[in-house]
Amino acid sequence: MTLLLVLVGGAVGASARYLTDLAVRSRFDPVLPLGTLSVNVAGSALLGLIAGLGGSLPGWIGSLVGVGFCGALTTYSTFSNETVQFARGGARLYALLNIALTLGAGLTVAALGWHIGRTL
Amino acid sequence: MRLAAVAAGGALGSAARYGVGLLWPHPTATLIVNLVGCAVLGFVVEAVPARRRLLRLFLGPGVLGGFTTFSTYAVETRVLVADGRPGTAVAYVLGTLVGALTALYLGTLAARLLDRRPAA
Repeated sequence: MTLLLVLVGGAVGASARYLTDLAVRSRFDPVLPLGTLSVNVAGSALLGLIAGLGGSLPGWIGSLVGVGFCGALTTYSTFSNETVQFARGGARLYALLNIALTLGAGLTVAALGWHIGRTL
Repeated sequence: MRLAAVAAGGALGSAARYGVGLLWPHPTATLIVNLVGCAVLGFVVEAVPARRRLLRLFLGPGVLGGFTTFSTYAVETRVLVADGRPGTAVAYVLGTLVGALTALYLGTLAARLLDRRPAA
């Protein structure tokens, strides 16, 4: 049952990441990969909230939304690939900026979500 | 069709990540997932030609995007700090970052080496 929830959440999460990336690229054509940045930040905030709520949530939400959806919505591989592409193309400043923004925002909102979940 | 490739890949990648989480404790499992996923993505980006668009979508944003995760990494970092292990948290954040970027780059190098061999 848990595996099924993870499969469904993972399919929806990966689709949402892909569609977000397409939408951001078609509308803004940003220099930095803002699609990946936004899904990583949004997913970290949501997972932080779920982790903070912890035992007060039914277990299936953790599997479906936490492990499945948030796990697949966010990505380390695409973030790393986009960063390495910047560095290989000589755009070291953009590589560093991408790292700073992703880690800074992602870790902050995860902690915030966690804190909110615990106080609710 | 493209969305279906990403969704199917995301489901498989998430299930594999869940499986790794059953075999190793956290955050070691997440570290393994992110390093392995980045190395394989580096290989895929370099080895799968651009004309194989569906295969690239299935493997890249699909399987590997679903396999690797940023949200779990961010929340685990917060949990390490909450457990009174700030040094481990910093080591985890930086170790994953440097390891992932290195793994991705090594994946691309491996693909280029393999690509050269049959041509000789």
